Amino acid sequence: MWPIIQIELFKIYKRPRTYIAFGAIAALILVIQMGLKIDGEAYAAFLMKDINDTLTVDGKVLNGYLICYILLQLLLVHVPLLVALIAADMLSGEANLGTLRLLFTTPYSRTQWVLAKFVAASLYTILLLIWLAFLALFLSMWIFGTDDLFLMKSNYVVLIQEQDVFWRYLGAFVFASFSLLTVAALGFLMSSLANNSIGPIVATISAIVFFTILSTLNIPLFNVVKPYLFTTHMNNWKEFFDIQVNESNDAITGSILNVAKIKNSILVLTVHIGLFVGASIWIMKKKDILS
Amino acid sequence: MSMSVIKVQALSKTFGALKAVDQLSFEVEAGQVYGFLGQNGSGKSTTIRMLLSLIHPSEGKIEIFGKSLIGHRSAILEQIGAVIERPDLYPYLTAQEHLTLFAKLRKQKISAAKIEATLSQVGLLARAHDKVQTYSLGMKQRLGIGIALLHDPALIILDEPTNGLDPQGIADIRQLIKSLSKDQGKTVLVSSHLLSEIEQIATHILIIHQGKKMAEGPTSSLLDPNKTIVQIKTLDDQDAKQKLMDSAYRANILERSEGLYLSIPKLDIPGLNTFLVASNIALLSLESKNSLEDYFLQLTSTY
Repeated sequence: MWPIIQIELFKIYKRPRTYIAFGAIAALILVIQMGLKIDGEAYAAFLMKDINDTLTVDGKVLNGYLICYILLQLLLVHVPLLVALIAADMLSGEANLGTLRLLFTTPYSRTQWVLAKFVAASLYTILLLIWLAFLALFLSMWIFGTDDLFLMKSNYVVLIQEQDVFWRYLGAFVFASFSLLTVAALGFLMSSLANNSIGPIVATISAIVFFTILSTLNIPLFNVVKPYLFTTHMNNWKEFFDIQVNESNDAITGSILNVAKIKNSILVLTVHIGLFVGASIWIMKKKDILS
Repeated sequence: MSMSVIKVQALSKTFGALKAVDQLSFEVEAGQVYGFLGQNGSGKSTTIRMLLSLIHPSEGKIEIFGKSLIGHRSAILEQIGAVIERPDLYPYLTAQEHLTLFAKLRKQKISAAKIEATLSQVGLLARAHDKVQTYSLGMKQRLGIGIALLHDPALIILDEPTNGLDPQGIADIRQLIKSLSKDQGKTVLVSSHLLSEIEQIATHILIIHQGKKMAEGPTSSLLDPNKTIVQIKTLDDQDAKQKLMDSAYRANILERSEGLYLSIPKLDIPGLNTFLVASNIALLSLESKNSLEDYFLQLTSTY
């Protein structure tokens, strides 16, 4: 199957649309970094204004680690939309171009083609995430330096020592890859249902918005299904930044408060990926290629 | 005995209430150039797509190279090259890139020299490194044919291969198909709306209408001078028809929704003319129609 994966990767590489997502992420991150570089101290003061009387933080609050956290909070909501641009076009775009019949009259089976396309879309998604990590983490570390990570959660603060932060980002990016691959798989499923490019992209984005709202609403009826919705779990990369404390309320280095929650989220997302890709294969195998 | 390259038995395809292909059976033997004729919507493309496993048949059996398409799809498609309707390609890739990519999909190694030779064969060598989005429809069609021929297939299926080509391009494709069959022994299944093209290249013809087989046979037999179709135009067709019904020509009258047609040997036309004049039929014209197009139109217009 490697030759057809290579072909799919080559097509992604040659398509102008591929680079929109890379360009959008770079532009957003660089603009935010520039803004924080110029006016970061005022922003940090604004963040700290409510706790300045009760807590004194030594060192540099606005460091590369905090910038990366701010960027991830902002971008990991929007990156799925960029992933949908490519993933939701993988099958329907070919149907729209009429090239699906070129592919499906080769000796490779439809299952092989669908899997190859999903592997290619997944590699694209991971490359996008690596690009995001490079700009948001490494570039921020280079521009702003590193220090302890000070996070203000809704009703508590978290202080993670500098040497205990980097691996958490690695974990968060690995987790984010599961979230984005779920979006890619959903886009793929939508793509298998249509013969045009725009419909599946819009449908994927709409589905993400719809399920995100369901995941966010605190209504008893929806609470039953919430644990099974992929959108409930997509943002749980933040769990890597909740840390256990000992009896004296000191942070335990190297700990994560709720490892089980992360494991459960990865399981739910993986099951969704499997279901979405499996359904795509089933649909494409049954489909008459009329375009 | 010739081997059947394609054997189709009682093939049907239904889309909702529409029966696109209805109990179609035919055989294509090795080395034939098999012309597949039908009006738009007659079921030609649906049949071709079923042969290529793009559409799932509702009923019937397809055997290619003596093997059932179900169960041997991969091995069968390895030996087929096809252009289906429009030459749809990737606009952001060049001709060279297209051929390089599709070369990777075949079991046998296809060399760079073979890719270059194919580009040359379809007349795209000079534009090999230009993106397809800059190509004319004819150039895209030729590239599609290049992709179909790249792996040296035993069976070539061409659906409307002369679409968008200029007269020279059409002549080139005609020559190419003849050469593939005659010089290389390839089997070619070709459909076209240009019936005159089919008439010039096909050794066998299948005519399909509303999903059903109307006629099939060697081109020479369908165009047999002994089966010349004659159209008679008179001032009073009813009277003329009645007089013919009462004569020895009764068995030669063809039932048509409009006009008066007879199927008679070419050498009998003067005798028919004499009979019409002797019978005081006010004759306006007597025209023999022995081209495939006339045959095709007459055959399909009665249904």
